Amino acid sequence: MTPSAVSAADSPSPIAARFAGLQEQGRMALMPFLMAGDPDLSTTSDVLLSLQENGADMVELGIPYSDPLADGPVIQASAYRALSAGTTPGRVLEMLSGLKGKLTIPVILFTYSNPLLNRGAEEFFADAAAAGVCGLVVPDLPLEEAERLSPSAQAHGLDLVLLVAPTTPADRMQRIASASRGFTYLVSVTGVTGERVSLENRVSSLVADLKGCCPIPVAVGFGISGPDQVKQVKSWGADGAIVGSALVKRIAATEPISAAAQAGEFCRQLRQAAD
Amino acid sequence: MTSTLPSQPTDADLAVNARPSDRGRFGRYGGQYVPETLMPALAELELAAAKAWKDPAFTAELNRLLRSYVGRETPLYEAERLTAHYRRADGGPRIWLKREDLNHTGAHKINNALGQALLALRMGKKRIIAETGAGQHGVATATVCARFGLDCVVYMGAEDMRRQALNVFRMRLLGATVQPVTAGTATLKDATSEAIRDWVTNVETTHYILGSVAGPHPYPMLVRDFHAVIGEEAKRQCQDSFGRLPDVLVACVGGGSNAMGLFHPFVQDKGVRLIGVEAAGDGVETGRHAATITEGRVGVLHGAMSLLLQDGDGQVQEAHSISAGLDYPGVGPEHSYLREIGRAEYGAVTDAQALTALQLVSQLEGIIPALETAHAFAWLEQLCPTLSDGTEVVLNCSGRGDKDVNAVAERLGNELGA
Repeated sequence: MTPSAVSAADSPSPIAARFAGLQEQGRMALMPFLMAGDPDLSTTSDVLLSLQENGADMVELGIPYSDPLADGPVIQASAYRALSAGTTPGRVLEMLSGLKGKLTIPVILFTYSNPLLNRGAEEFFADAAAAGVCGLVVPDLPLEEAERLSPSAQAHGLDLVLLVAPTTPADRMQRIASASRGFTYLVSVTGVTGERVSLENRVSSLVADLKGCCPIPVAVGFGISGPDQVKQVKSWGADGAIVGSALVKRIAATEPISAAAQAGEFCRQLRQAAD
Repeated sequence: MTSTLPSQPTDADLAVNARPSDRGRFGRYGGQYVPETLMPALAELELAAAKAWKDPAFTAELNRLLRSYVGRETPLYEAERLTAHYRRADGGPRIWLKREDLNHTGAHKINNALGQALLALRMGKKRIIAETGAGQHGVATATVCARFGLDCVVYMGAEDMRRQALNVFRMRLLGATVQPVTAGTATLKDATSEAIRDWVTNVETTHYILGSVAGPHPYPMLVRDFHAVIGEEAKRQCQDSFGRLPDVLVACVGGGSNAMGLFHPFVQDKGVRLIGVEAAGDGVETGRHAATITEGRVGVLHGAMSLLLQDGDGQVQEAHSISAGLDYPGVGPEHSYLREIGRAEYGAVTDAQALTALQLVSQLEGIIPALETAHAFAWLEQLCPTLSDGTEVVLNCSGRGDKDVNAVAERLGNELGA
């Protein structure tokens, strides 16, 4: 196909393009998660750049919410600190706008339904796209509710990433993977976010099932605590690994001034494990 | 107040198959905003409930236990002295109380807890979790779990545990584990979030007995249907007592389960006024209240789209009420729908008005209502002067006030035992 024949809707999104590039190199995507505004947005901005420098292929950025029911204690506490520091969706997007040109890896926002719907989905998508956001993960928006929003997200150039859980039946998994954009987010544990000592072995077959049913990349998240589990996820054939609570905990345990360096160091270890 | 004026509901709006639709929606409200992990369990629950209602063995067992264990049917009691209190020179309404406070465990909550426990048994789930605010739903759930030998964990806000110490002890006596929740405001909202997190983690072995007509589909429908026995009995009892339908139904609304249970069999009887009474706390103008329908905007909390107390960025706000059972920033989606289509009316009364009503009813009728229920009684102050002679009013006396005696004494400045 000549470039002129490719319409905007057909061209791969930044997230899809990034996965395609990595797949060509036989590498797995490393996708750290952090909570915007914990402890403050200027630290978040520094950490984002540090993650990029230290091998992150994409980053998942949490919008803090008062009632995060898919999150375990570490991310709940992080959201609480971020809200206490006055973080709002608007300020998070302003911070991202300020990083344009510097932060070049795709940014995926992790937000619960209510802050999104409260702003109005259309407006939220438009503002997020304007701030350079490439995709959205909404943990309390399952397939049935996401189907109404996905076309509008796509019209703004945003990938609405859907989640598959260990409890998802096979036929439903197929429908989710077909409707998901950018990648499919495979929740690796039956439970909330947070580090686990070991990952359930059934995740291995879920990765295979997902890859077998749909060409879209599969990234595994929830429960990955460090380099060893990143390796494990890679050995299962996943296209990406998402590391959240383990990074959030490290950022929280350090002074804001050294957060970027700490996060970068941890990211480098994860990068080595992913390659 | 919400700005849009309700229109007249059509028959199609009120049809049972529109409440909810097959997508779990009451108009725009309801739905399933939950982590994917729970979606198969919600589908399983919906299917199990549909099968159970069609199974004569299930309904026979439910009805047998409602009769012999819960103590149904509950009386429709003519509150003669309360009626006299509101009587004017030109007459006034007659007030009837649907005595849900006489149920085993002291409130309507056991209707739903019993029904869902029977469903859990059918689904082969041996571990039960629940959230509780005032402790009435927790006690009801602990009770049915004891009755059926099921493991029971009840999530309760630490602040509510302090306010409702007696119910905490009752649950423990019944063999339940009461899990304190200190996150957020340490009240019902946070206890519900924590119960959902437990369910996400243990969904394959656990059934979540949600205690209100809130949460993701099918809960608003399921919980309503188990409480609809309140309205079904009341309808029959009105016929027996005064030979026709009542004119007005009044019930308190936190999440809204006792109100939905009473309203449901009357929703299509358009001549019957339906009035829900919310908690205005210190007063809606102070911002310290739980009057979700009066003051809320459309949002998503705990799996459902409904009206919600939230700030400009969609962060859920703290609710405030003297009544732990009404201290919730959300409300069941069907109430938001009934308000929107103009089928039901909602008002709010303050802590102080509820306390006054609690004392009035105690002294006039020898019935100490729960603080939640006292909100419905308090609405009579403004309702009764507007009603013509002979108007038949049925108020859902949803729970008894024994659990609140300490809190009321504290508020009124009396030392118990002095």
